Amino acid sequence: MEEINSSLVDWSRAQFALTAIYHWFFVPLTLGLAFILAFMESIYVKTGNPEWKKITKFWMTIFGINFAIGVATGIILEFEFGTNWSNYSWFVGDIFGTPLAIEGIMAFFLESTFIAVMFFGWNKVSKRFHLVSTWLVAFGANISALWILVANGWMQFPAGMYFNPDTVRNEMHNFWEVLFSPVAVHKFLHTITSGFTLASIFVVGVSAWFLLKKRERSFALKSILVASIFGLISSLYLAFTGDSSARYVAEKQPMKFAAMEGLYEGRTNAPLVAFGILGSKKIEEGKQHHDFLMKLEIPSMLSILAFQDAKAFVPGINDLVYGNEKYRVMSTSEKIVRGNLARETLKEFKEAKESGNTAHYDSIKTVFLSEHFQKNYFCYFGYSYFNKPEMVIPNVPTSFYSFHIMVFLGFYFIAFFVVALVLLYKDTLDKSRWFLRVALWAIPLPYIASQAGWILAEVGRQPWVIQDYMPTMAAVSRLSTTSVQITFFLFAILFTALLIAEIKILIRQIKIGPKEGGH
Amino acid sequence: MELFSFEFFQHYWWIINSLLAALLVFLLFVQGGQSMIFTLAKDEEEQRLIVNSMGRKWEFTFTTLVVFGGAFFASFPLFYSTSFGGAYWAWMALLFCFVIQAVSFEFRTRPNNFLGTKTFNTFLFINGSLAPFLLGVIVATLFTGGNFMVEKYNIINPDNLAISYWTNNLHGLEALLNYKNLLLGFAVLFLARTLGHLYIQNNIDHDILLMRSRVHLKVDAILFLLFFLPFVAVVFTAPGYYFDGSQFISKEFIYFNNIVSMPLILVLFLVGVVLVLIGMYFGIFSKSSKGIWWSGLGVILTVFSLFIVLGFNNTAYYFSLVDPQSSLCLANSSSSEYTLRTMSYVSLLVPFVIAYIVYAWRAINNKKLSSEEFNEDTHVY
Ligand code: HDD
Ligand code: HEM
Ligand code: HEM
Repeated sequence: MEEINSSLVDWSRAQFALTAIYHWFFVPLTLGLAFILAFMESIYVKTGNPEWKKITKFWMTIFGINFAIGVATGIILEFEFGTNWSNYSWFVGDIFGTPLAIEGIMAFFLESTFIAVMFFGWNKVSKRFHLVSTWLVAFGANISALWILVANGWMQFPAGMYFNPDTVRNEMHNFWEVLFSPVAVHKFLHTITSGFTLASIFVVGVSAWFLLKKRERSFALKSILVASIFGLISSLYLAFTGDSSARYVAEKQPMKFAAMEGLYEGRTNAPLVAFGILGSKKIEEGKQHHDFLMKLEIPSMLSILAFQDAKAFVPGINDLVYGNEKYRVMSTSEKIVRGNLARETLKEFKEAKESGNTAHYDSIKTVFLSEHFQKNYFCYFGYSYFNKPEMVIPNVPTSFYSFHIMVFLGFYFIAFFVVALVLLYKDTLDKSRWFLRVALWAIPLPYIASQAGWILAEVGRQPWVIQDYMPTMAAVSRLSTTSVQITFFLFAILFTALLIAEIKILIRQIKIGPKEGGH
Repeated sequence: MELFSFEFFQHYWWIINSLLAALLVFLLFVQGGQSMIFTLAKDEEEQRLIVNSMGRKWEFTFTTLVVFGGAFFASFPLFYSTSFGGAYWAWMALLFCFVIQAVSFEFRTRPNNFLGTKTFNTFLFINGSLAPFLLGVIVATLFTGGNFMVEKYNIINPDNLAISYWTNNLHGLEALLNYKNLLLGFAVLFLARTLGHLYIQNNIDHDILLMRSRVHLKVDAILFLLFFLPFVAVVFTAPGYYFDGSQFISKEFIYFNNIVSMPLILVLFLVGVVLVLIGMYFGIFSKSSKGIWWSGLGVILTVFSLFIVLGFNNTAYYFSLVDPQSSLCLANSSSSEYTLRTMSYVSLLVPFVIAYIVYAWRAINNKKLSSEEFNEDTHVY
C-alpha cells in the first residue's frame, strides 16, 4: 500500500466538487431554457403576435445572465483534469479526452456562434434566420451535455478500451462502445430532461410571482402554458430515464446501488425503501452497518427495479465486500488478489523492457493483450491500491439521502405540472393563490434534486474515479496541499461572489419585468 | 511519412493544434481591446463602445481557448498531465483571468449587480492585459523548457505515484524569472493591443476614438516589435532537443535548422511577419480600416509556423530542464493511433464550423457599431 497524501486527495476532491457543483448551478437552466426560448420564438414567428416576441426576449435576457456564468465555471472544470488529476489525464486521456475535444468542435462553437446571432441579430438578420439560430443554440447546448456525459458515463462504466503496458495507459479500441455505452446514453437522457424540468419549474415559478403581484397577466399565463406542457412531458420522461439509470447502476455499479438503498445484507424479493431515516454507523462482527431508525418499504420493489424480477437477488454492501458464494458475488479480497496479480505482471513487464529481454517482453505483452487477462485480471487493477476490502464502501448516508430526495422530488414535480395544467385549463390559475405560492417556492427544489443526483452519481462511486481501474487517490497531481487549498478558497470566494451577483441581477431583472423593445 | 500512418496522424493533430493556437492569438484582439478601456476611452460613451464591440466577440476567443485545451488533451494527453499538473500556478492564474471575463460583459451595466460596474470593468482590464501576457509566457516555456520529470510506470511505484511531476515548489511561477519567457509575454500583450486597435478601427463608427486609436497604435506596435524581434532572435539561436527514436539528443540552433529545412514554413513565417507589418502600416498611416485583416492573417501564419517549427522534425516540443529524457515530442506524448484516427474524422467538420462562424460574424458585423445602436432594441453590455 502506497503512502498517499490523503489531505491532498481530499482537498483536490473538494475543489473539483466545489467547481462542478457551481457549474451545475447554471448549466441545467441553460439546457432547458434554451428549448423554452425556441418554442416561444417559434410561436412568435408562426403567429406574428408581438406579445410572443416580448415574452421571448424577457426570458432571453434571463438566459443571457445565466449563460455567462455557466461558461465561466465550465472552463475551470476542463482544465482541472490536467491541473489536479494529472495521473488520470494520462491513464485514461486517450479515451476521455476524445469526447471533450469533440464537444468543443461540435457543440461549443455552435452554441457560442449562434448565441451572438440570438442576442445581437434581432434587427440584423431575417426572422427565420433568427429563429433557426435560437434552435441551434438549444441543440448546441444539449449536444455539449451529450459529450461530457458520455465522458462521465464512461468513467462509471469503462468500455471500448484495453490497457497497453507499453504506454502504461488505457487505450480506446472501439469508439462506438464508448459513445453508445448504455450508461452514457441513459445518463445523457436523464440529465438533459432534468435540465428541462428545472427550467420549466423556473419559468412557472417566476411567472407565478408576476401573477401574485397582479402584473403582466397575459405574459405570465402564456409563459406558464409553454413551460408546464414542456415540464410535464420532461418530468414524466425524467422518472422513466431515472428508472433506467438505476437499473444500469444496479448492473454496473452494484456497490453504489446498495449504498443508495442502505442495503447491507443482500436478499431476494428486496424491498424498496420509499422513505427512511438512517441511524449511526455500527460495526458488528467486524462488518459495517447502518440501522434504519424508521422506514417505509415497498415489498420486492427493489428487485423489480433492478432486475425486473421480484425474486431476483440484490447484493448488499456486505455481500460485495465479503463475497457471497451462493449468489456468486465475488469478494473484494479476491478482486484485490487479482488486481495485485495484474500489478505484478506489469512490474515484470517493465523489468523485461528495461533489461532488454525481448523474448520475455514479448511473452508478457501477449499475456497483457489477451482478452482473458484484461477481462479477468486487469479489470481489477484498481483494487491493487487497497489493502482492506472495506475501503471500497462509499459514504452510505450521503448516497442514500441524495437518492431519496431526488426521487421524491421527481414525483412531486410530475404532480406539480399536472396541477398547473388543470388550473390553466379551468382558467382559474391566476386566482389560485395557494398554487402560485407553491410554484414560487418550488423554484429551489429542482436545483436541490439536480445537485442530489450528481452527489449520488459521484459520491456513490467513491473510492473510484474510473470504476475498478483507478481509485481517486491514485489520480491526483503531485502538488502541495497548500497550493490546492489556496486555489480552493480563491474559487470559493470568486464563485460565491459571482453567484450572489447573478442572483441579485436576476431578481432585479425579473422585477423590472418584460418590456416592449430592448432589454 | 506514410500516408495515414500513426506518425501521419500525430503530425496532423499537431497541425490542428497549431492552427487553433494561431487562431487564438489572432482572437486575442478582444483582450487587447479590453486592456484599453481605461486609457483609449476618454468618456463613458467611448468606453461603452469599446466594451460592446469586444463583447460581441469574446465568445469566439474563449471558445477557441476551450477547444484548444480539449484538442490538446485528446491528442497529446501527456502534455496535459505534465504541464497543467506541473506548472500549476501559471495555468491557474491564466484560468482565473478567464473566469472573470465572461460575466463581466453581461453583468457590468445591469442594475443591482453587487460588485459594481467599476469592479467588472477592472475584471475586463485584468483579463485583457494579464491573459495575453500569461499565455505568451506559457507558450514561451515550450521553447525554454520546464522543470518536470516523467515516469509512466510510477503508477505502480509505491514511493511516488505521480507519472509526471514538477521538481520545484514554484510550480510554474519560475517561468516569470526567465527573461526569454517575459519577452514573449510582453510581445503577445502588445500584439493583442495592436490587434485591438485595428479591430476598433474596423468595427466602431466614432471619429475621435479612431483618431486617438491611430496614435496609440503607434506606441503599441513599436513595443510589440521591441519585444517580439528579440524573442525571435533568442529562439532561432537557442539549442533544444530532438528524439532519435530511442532517446533525446541536444542540438544547437535546432529551431533555426527546423525552419530552414522546411522552406514552406519559412515562407509562411516571413509572409506572416510582413502581413502583420502591413496591417500596422494601414492602421497608423492610412484611412483604411482593413488593417485587422492583414495583421490578423499575418498573426495566424506567424504563430502557426512557429508551432510547426516547435513540433516537427522529432523536436522536443516541451523539453525538461531537469531530465532531458523526460522531454515530450509528438511520438511519445500522443494519444493512440486509433484515437487520433477517430478524431480525425471529426476534424473534417472544422471547415464547416469555420464557414458558419464566418457567416454569422458577417451577419452581425454588417454595420459598424455606433452609439445610436444602444438606443435600439438590442442586447447592450
Ligand atoms: C431535477 C432533477 C432530477 C430529478 C427530479 C430526478 N433526477 Fe435522477 N439525476 C439527476 C437529476 C434528477 C441528474 C442531475 O441529472 C443526475 C446526476 C448524474 C446523472 O447522470 O444524472 C441524476 C442521477 C440519477 C441516478 C444515478 C446515476 C448514476 O449514478 O450514474 C439515478 C439512479 C437516478 N438519477 C434516478 C432517478 C429517479 C428514479 C428519479 C425519479 C423520478 C430521478 N432520478 C429524478
Ligand atoms: C456538473 C455536474 C457535476 C457535479 C455536480 C459533480 C459533482 C461531483 C462531486 C460532488 C464530486 C466529489 C465526489 C467526492 O469526492 O466525494 C465530484 C468528483 C468528480 N467528478 Fe463530478 N460532478 C459533475 C459532473 C461531472 C462530469 C460530467 C464529470 C466527467 C466528465 C465528472 C468527473 C468527476 C471527477 C473526475 C471527479 C474527481 C474525482 C472524484 O472525487 O471522484 N463530474 N463531482
Ligand atoms: C467535469 C465536467 C465538465 C466540464 C469539464 C465542462 C466544461 C465546460 C466548459 C469548458 C464550458 C464553457 C464552454 C464555452 O466556451 O462556451 C462549459 C459550458 C457548458 N457546459 Fe460544462 N462541463 C462539465 C460538466 C457539464 C455537464 C455535466 C453538463 C450538462 C449536462 C454541461 C453542460 C454545459 C453547457 C450547456 C454549457 C454552456 C454554457 C452554460 O453552462 O450555460 N457541462 N462546460
